[in-house]
Amino acid sequence: MKQVTGTHSVKLDKFCLVAATAALLSLIFPLTGIDAETGKQIAFVGDIPGLAIAMALCVIVGAAFTWLGVGKIQYAAIILAVAVFGCWQAVTALYDHGLAGHATSGFWLFILSLWAFVWRGIDVVARYRSLETAKQQSANILVPIAFGIWLLFVWEVIVAGFGVPQVLLPAPSAIGVRFINSTDTLAADFYQTFIKAVISGYVIGCGSAFIVAIAVDRVPFLKRGLLPLGNMVSALPIIGVAPIMVMWFGFDWQSKAAVIVIMTFFPMLVNTVTGLNAAGKLEKDLMATYASGYWSTLLRLRLPAAMPFIFNALKINSTLALIGAIVAEFFGTPIVGMGFRISTEVGRMNVDMVWAEIALAALAGTAFYGAVAFAERKATSWHPSFRVRRH
Amino acid sequence: MTLKAVVNNVAKMPASTDAVVDIQKLSLTFQTADGPVYALSDVDLTIERGDFVSFIGPSGCGKTTLLRVIADLEKATGGDISINGVSAQEARENRAYGYVFQAPALLPWRTIERNVTLPLEIMEISKEERIRRGHEALKLVELNGFEKKFPWQLSGGMQQRASIARALSFDADLLLMDEPFGALDEIVRDHLNEQLLKLWARTNKTVAFVTHSIPEAVYLSSKIVVMSPRPGRIIDVIKTDFPKDRGLDIRETPEFLEVAHRVREGLRAGHSYDE
Ligand SMILES: Nc1ncnc2c1ncn2[C@@H]1O[C@H](COP(=O)(O)OP(=O)(O)OP(=O)(O)O)[C@@H](O)[C@H]1O
Ligand SMILES: [Mg+2]
Repeated sequence: MKQVTGTHSVKLDKFCLVAATAALLSLIFPLTGIDAETGKQIAFVGDIPGLAIAMALCVIVGAAFTWLGVGKIQYAAIILAVAVFGCWQAVTALYDHGLAGHATSGFWLFILSLWAFVWRGIDVVARYRSLETAKQQSANILVPIAFGIWLLFVWEVIVAGFGVPQVLLPAPSAIGVRFINSTDTLAADFYQTFIKAVISGYVIGCGSAFIVAIAVDRVPFLKRGLLPLGNMVSALPIIGVAPIMVMWFGFDWQSKAAVIVIMTFFPMLVNTVTGLNAAGKLEKDLMATYASGYWSTLLRLRLPAAMPFIFNALKINSTLALIGAIVAEFFGTPIVGMGFRISTEVGRMNVDMVWAEIALAALAGTAFYGAVAFAERKATSWHPSFRVRRH
Repeated sequence: MTLKAVVNNVAKMPASTDAVVDIQKLSLTFQTADGPVYALSDVDLTIERGDFVSFIGPSGCGKTTLLRVIADLEKATGGDISINGVSAQEARENRAYGYVFQAPALLPWRTIERNVTLPLEIMEISKEERIRRGHEALKLVELNGFEKKFPWQLSGGMQQRASIARALSFDADLLLMDEPFGALDEIVRDHLNEQLLKLWARTNKTVAFVTHSIPEAVYLSSKIVVMSPRPGRIIDVIKTDFPKDRGLDIRETPEFLEVAHRVREGLRAGHSYDE
């Protein structure tokens, strides 16, 4: 029952309530386990002023916003700022005050408190709507970035707090350090795998498929026969194809490019053929009334109508190409390349190097996909799926 | 064939009044999964140069189909058709007509201007000329100022007007219009009717015009073709003799009402025929 009274009804902010309570408990519960030799706790909150301040701040701010609610974007900024300070203090406590490997309930309650703040803060930013494009865009960008940083933080804290062995899972900071210290190796691997194999394989695969699609378009039985054949070739395992390509084209990047050509050819072909048939009957009739020839209609009607399909294939292929190149390098390669490095460093238990290569692959893959998606947006801005944002 | 071509050449003399569209015993049957659909049967029709012919009849009676046969978008299954003395296909390849479809059919990736100049682009006309003619055509349908907009930024009626501008842009002698003003409000419709009449009076174009509106048909036409449904056939051809530079006010005259009455009677007869 809702009572209509002069004072407005109080609605508690649940996330801030959780944050305040967890932070309060974190001040009380033990921060670390008992040291086996001395029989004493390794560290107390009282010994780490920064952490104590952060916890207290979380209690106060959490309590305040439990009552106030996080209705405004400014409030979200405050709780996110508190969370950032808290994260910094948590990491400092882990590495500078010996909590690493010994963290217990008090510490994890504090992390829970931070989680509640971050969740609520990001939630508010994600719902932020502004008519000013600049503000709206920065909010749109902030959400995935903040979320990504938070995930890295949780990863770091869990690995350090529980003392997870490096071989199982290195902390992001360790991976980062390895990344920065091995830029030469990484650059060489990137050049070998991405610039040489992926780009050339992708261009040859997608380009030839496009040309074949246009040729096939004029032969009805080929059009029908292609789809099942395409599915079959897509289902071919790379681990079967890769060694054969090595035998055909040698150890260097050419064999990797060949694997990529095989992987990317049919998605592109099938999508382009489908796209070329996407133009409506009415539009085709329209072109017929102008006695538009085959090439003219292709250029002015059928290719533009096929663009969404073609870009779909280009996006799928951008991920396939990188995976293909890396896996193909497992089957013989000169002593450079991202796949080569992963397979050899795993053997040497240099897991942080493996993760650095994985990070590199993730960055390269994202950038590649992003570039294709950007081109798509530019080329097909007329398409209903992009229109909505351009009022 | 050669004889027809000769006749055509002779007929191309400007002042002559000759058949632009000549249809004899035309029939068209669609073969569908549910059996044959007799869309047109035994249609005889001559459209002379400078005629403004309206087609009126109940929905599904084959008006669009007839227009599509003239435009060579559909092949007749029986009878003969010639346009400007040649086959419908040759006429299409000569770009003899501009066609306005029942739906706007604008290409979504082109701006209004580039949609309107699409036929000119296909005909390989120079860019300056394209822009000039596109501008003129857009002015005719009062869409100047919308050149750089995309179709989805325009209302349905504006899109339809853009598609009319596109059909006018390359100045074909024959205009085939399938309910071009169906989606427009009364005022705009009156206005465009006037514009179309002026254009017709000025240029001596031949127009084949499908409509559902009796007043529109009577106001615009020099010849009204009343059709009956299933199978579509012509049940009456009414000639009017209003002056070419008629104004909207003729709709008040007894002659106008008389013709409108005859059209309505024809449509009624067509309906009872059906039942
Ligand atoms: N491609 C087709 N295949 C099968 N039947 C068709 C096809 N096109 C039209 N028809 C049929 O032919 C008949 C005439 O259709 P048409 O489109 O010419 O009618 P219409 O007079 O233009 O009607 P409306 O005024 O509603 O536009 C209809 O019964 C329709 O179902
Ligand atoms: Mg119709």
